[in-house]
This record gives sequence, structure tokens and C-alpha cells, in this order.
Amino acid sequence: MKADVGAPVGTPVVKTGAGEFLRLPPITAKIGGAAEYVVIPAGALLASLVLFGIFVALFGKNPLDLYFYMYQGAFGTWFSWQNTLTRAAPLILTALCTALPAQLGMVIIGGEGALLIGALCATSAALAMAGAPPLVVDTAMAVAGMIGGGLWIMLSGALRQYRGVNETISSLLLVYIALAILNFLVEGPMRDPTSLNKPSTPEIGTANMIGSIPGTDVHWGFMFGVIAAVLSYILIYHTVFGFAARVAGGNLRAARVVGLSVGKLILIVCFLAGAAAGLAGMFEVAAVQGRTNANLAAGYGFAGILVAFLARQNPLAVIPVAILLGGIGASGGLLQRRLGLPDASVLVLEGMIFVMVLASDTLYGRLSIFRAKGA
Amino acid sequence: MNFDNISRRGVLKGTAALTVGSALPMSRAFAADTTVGFIYVGSRDDYGYNQAHAAGAAALKKMPGIKVVEEEKVPETDAVEKTMESMINLDGATLLFPTSFGYYNPHMIKMAQKFPKLRFEHCGGLWSEKDPKNAGSYFGYIDEAQHVAGIIAGYSSKSGKLGFVAAKPIPQVLRNINAWTLGAKLANPKITTQVIFTGDWSMPVKEAEATNSLIDQGVDVITCHVDGPKTVVENAARRGAMVTGYHVNQSVLAPKAYLTGAEWNWEVLYPRFVKMFTSGETIPNFYRGGLKEEIVKVSPYGDMVSAEAKAKADEVKAALTAGSYVIFKGPIADNKGATVVAAGVSRGQTDPELEKMSYLVEGVIGATS
Repeated sequence: MKADVGAPVGTPVVKTGAGEFLRLPPITAKIGGAAEYVVIPAGALLASLVLFGIFVALFGKNPLDLYFYMYQGAFGTWFSWQNTLTRAAPLILTALCTALPAQLGMVIIGGEGALLIGALCATSAALAMAGAPPLVVDTAMAVAGMIGGGLWIMLSGALRQYRGVNETISSLLLVYIALAILNFLVEGPMRDPTSLNKPSTPEIGTANMIGSIPGTDVHWGFMFGVIAAVLSYILIYHTVFGFAARVAGGNLRAARVVGLSVGKLILIVCFLAGAAAGLAGMFEVAAVQGRTNANLAAGYGFAGILVAFLARQNPLAVIPVAILLGGIGASGGLLQRRLGLPDASVLVLEGMIFVMVLASDTLYGRLSIFRAKGA
Repeated sequence: MNFDNISRRGVLKGTAALTVGSALPMSRAFAADTTVGFIYVGSRDDYGYNQAHAAGAAALKKMPGIKVVEEEKVPETDAVEKTMESMINLDGATLLFPTSFGYYNPHMIKMAQKFPKLRFEHCGGLWSEKDPKNAGSYFGYIDEAQHVAGIIAGYSSKSGKLGFVAAKPIPQVLRNINAWTLGAKLANPKITTQVIFTGDWSMPVKEAEATNSLIDQGVDVITCHVDGPKTVVENAARRGAMVTGYHVNQSVLAPKAYLTGAEWNWEVLYPRFVKMFTSGETIPNFYRGGLKEEIVKVSPYGDMVSAEAKAKADEVKAALTAGSYVIFKGPIADNKGATVVAAGVSRGQTDPELEKMSYLVEGVIGATS
């Protein structure tokens, strides 16, 4: 299974000079391939929307109303767009926490833990530096959040590399440890004594709060998410480091034979992944909550896993997918209010999209229309 | 079915929304005079905290000229800000009730500042002078109802051991545990309350484990302070223990085990607020009350409750309703032996000291940290 992760299924196998097998998309397939990567997920999305429409019709609601309200709630007005982008902001960063290690064939699902630890570290940095200029405080928060989150996921990577512990399980279990640490600190040593019925840390101060992108009320976390996703894409697809990571992800033994230090790759990539989620935590504190408390465990880390898988672990594709899921979240409220659908209906749709996209994986390389053009 | 038509119609509708939607508030589509928005943190049929608020919202739906919009399972993040804005922008809501504690600061405060002409009412928060004038907080002294339920629990227990499944050791929860235990001690001064904290507001598995563990220790009457008491009530009943409920009336879940319970009475308060709002009267920014103000109530007693228990409970309830009874009246010692309310001191409901409660009274087995 490991050998297949990180390389698109169905791409031809080519022989490299080192005598090892690597999966690389050939030039001839590029144009058809690119279209394939857009058309197949879009088709899967459409199919899941139709299915969801049928599901809703079974409950006696008009599917056309459903599509209209979904469109209106997610993208229909300028307010809806801002709502969508605000919800997408943390998802881009937490999705990278899963998408980056996936290049190495690792399935990390503990972005939530890195987010919480990142938030705690960022808050601690802000409280320790009270009185410093806001820019300095925010920079320190970002650095602290990224280091905290990075080390947290790196721990999973190290456990896998040195102790042979499955990284999926360890990263998931570390979420619960992170939550326990957060609750302990927030209810104990870091508690603001005036936060009576909602134990919280002291506030980082209004001056240190990061505002919105001018002209919108979407906070800067969105922009940083986009930048992080683009940088991740460049790192993975346009640098030697990224190439090495993909080689290791494609075939671990081959990577070792050609002399790549796989352990180092794992640790660095896991650190970067955790840093992205840690940054999401920092923005939740610095742009939204203004302090750390149990509210931060809102499931952004888990939603990020869904985004990463729907984006087929491509850091660039994470951006539109996060916006799509943000839109579904944004329209969820309208579905509740106008159609009287329960909150869980949005989860049903997300589940349908997830299954459809995974199922559509088998279509890559099998649709002749894409092959005929390139060949 | 012609799919071409569907997509064309959808696109037309969508495009219309894109151009018109931003210019015309969607509220025009509705004939209601006032739209009220309710936001819940959990599901509104949780037999608990959220259902109590939803019952209040349902009472508003019967009022003429009032339209209610509701959204459930909204997390305490910027998602709730967006939900409020969505209700304002797309539904034309002018009065909002974000009902979960974590919605208050910074989320509701931020929205109140952004929409100074609209009204925001929050359950449980502590409004202070520095908060926006168009924001308010309300809450009920539900420990009064808990105290009465505690009396019933005390008379009903044969083992002299009571159990309390609680979420977090925060002042509101501690106050309920203490008021309930003080009530039970009126029936049996030697009675004990074993408390178990689950650590969070909605932890059904831990709540079930705690319930079982309490019953294994000989506890025969249980109550709780968690968001959804369903798990505790059903488990206790299955194991043959009695329960007193919380938030709403859970007797339908366990008709043979439900002694009584402490309930919110939002279906009285919310219409009162809306009447003030529509008549142009200002809703007080800080609103509190108990049995007397009809913000909380006691569930009807179950058939198994003894006449003696009913008589004592009714006597205290009447005194609380008349305002002549103080629950936290010294001398009260905590469960470590320290005096927390000195002899001769009466801490009435409005006493700010009670909002900071950090102790468990004598008779409670458990620790706050």
C-alpha cells in the first residue's frame, strides 16, 4: 500500500538511471492528465450533490431549493463569500498537516493536536511578551505556534522512524494528550482567575489582535493559509527536497538505496506539517478568540483531514477544497433555517463527497477521452 | 425529468441572488414584523440545556408577528459570529439569542459592536458596564430549584448516599451541587453526595460510567449538571436508582425513576423579553431571577415521592418564591472543615460572592481540583 501513496494511480512506471522504479507522469500524458485532475473530482462532486438532492427529496424537501440555498449561503452574496472564506481559513492550514506527510506515504491525522499545542504556545508567547510592540508579539506568537505544532507532529514522525510506531495511531492519540494538556493548563496554571464559568487563559490584549484583510472581515489566517499552501506546493513539486520526499513516499527502499536519508525527511516534513496546523492555532487565538480555552478544540484539525484527502494530498488543491468545505459549512446554517434540515445533513453531504471522491480514484487513467488527446 | 431545465433554473435563481441578494435584504421575503434568531451549541432535542432554550423559542413562535429562526450545533468559534451575521443579513433578524456560555466574549460582544441597532441577549454571561449597551445577559438562579429537588432526593434516599454527575468544577456547577446537597441535608443531616466530574459538557460515555460507578458505591438517588442529562437519567433508571432531573423535564425518559427536577422556564422569560422588545421598552442589560421571577421551575413530583417530602419541598419552594428564604445561610463549612459562610451571614441570591463559588459544602465527597 505504501508504495502507491504519493503517486497518482495509473501513471506509467518509468525506469530511472538508478535502476529503481519510480512513478512519474510522462510528458505526453500531461495535458490530458491535467484535465483529468479537474474533471474527475468535479464529476464526483456533482454526483454527490445529486445524491444529496435525492436524499433531501426523500425528506420531502425540494432539491432545487436545496441547491439554491446552498449556493446562496456559500457564494450567493458578498457576505456569504466572506463567511465561506472565514471558515476555510483554518482548514487550509490543518489540511497541510495531513497533505505534507502524505507525500512520504504517511497518514497523519493529528492536526487537531498540533493546532491546540500551537495555540497554547502562541498564547504563552504573547503573555510572556506583554507590553512589546504588537508586530513583535504577533511574530513571536506565530513562531512559537509553529514550533509547538511542528514539534508535536514531529513526535509522531520520530516515533514512526525510531520506534516503528504507526504514525496514524500515534498522531490521533496525541490529539487527546494535547487536549488534556490544554485543559490542565487552562483550568490550572494558566487560568485567568477572573474567568469564572469558562476557564480561560488571560487575554493577549486587543492591541495584539490580528485584524481582517482590508475590505473584508476575513482574518489574515486565510491569506497565510494560501501562502503556506503555495509554498508547500513549490517545496514538494519544484525542489530537490520535495522530489526526495516523493521518492521516499513512492518507494521507501528505493529511496534508501539511492542514499536519501529518509529519517531526516520524515522529521522535517512532519515538522512542517505540524507547523502549519500550529499556525492555524495561532490565528485562532490572535484573530478570533483572543485567548486559549476549550473553544479551540472545534474540530478544525479533523476537518483538515477531509480536505487533504479530497484534495488528493495536493497542497495547491487544498485551497479550493477548503473553500468548498467552508462553503458547505457556511450554507449549513441556511439549510437548517430555511429548509428545517437537521445540522447533521451537512455531514451527510460531506460524507457523500468524501466517498464519491475516493471512489472516483479508480477512474484515473481509465477514461479514454483523456488518453486519446495526449497520446 | 429534464435536467437542462433544472440547471438553467438553478443558474437563473443563483444569478438573481448574486445581483439582487446583496442589494435587498432577504428579510423582505417574509411578512413577519420581528425576526428572532436562536443559536444552540448542541442539538435542540438533547433533553437538556439546548432543548430548554428551544422550548423557549417555540413559545415565541406562537406570538403573532414573530418569526423565529434557529440554528443548532454551532461551535463557540467565529462560526457563531458568522451565524449571527447570516441571521441578520439573510433573515433580517433584529433580536438574537446566542444561548451558549462561550458565545459571549468575544463573539457576541463583537457582533453587538458591529450592529449597534440590533439587540443581543446572552444566557449566562456577566454583562458589565464596559460591554455594549445593545447587549445583555440573563440567567436564572436554578440552584433554588436544585435546592427543592435536593430535599426530595434527601427524603427519597434509603442508603443515605446521593450521587452528582457534573461537568466541570466551575462556580455555576458547584453552586448547584451545594444547593442540592444542602436541600438533602434538611431531610437527613448525615446524608452524603458523591460528586464525579466528567471534565466536559457533553461526554455521554463518561457520564454513563460515572452513573454506574456511583450506583456501584451504593448511591440510590442521582442528579447531574451536564448539557444533556439523558444518559445519566436513563442509565440510573435502568440500574434501579432514582433521579432528579436538570434543564428540562426528563420524566418521559424514566417515568418510574424521575422524582422531580430543576428546570429552566425560558418559555416564560423569552415572550417577556420579546414583548419588551417589540413595545420599545429596554430589556435590562443584566437580568437575573429564580423561582419568584419564574425563570426556573421545579418538575412536578413523581408518584413515588412521599407526602412528607412533598410537604417539606413545597414549604421551602413557597418560601423561596416569596423571597423569604436564603439557601446559603451561615454557618456553612466546606468539606475540608473550613468555614465558608460564617454564622449570622446570609448570602442571598444576588450576592456576588456566590458567583465566585469555589468550594464543596460539608457532606459532599469530592474535590474541586
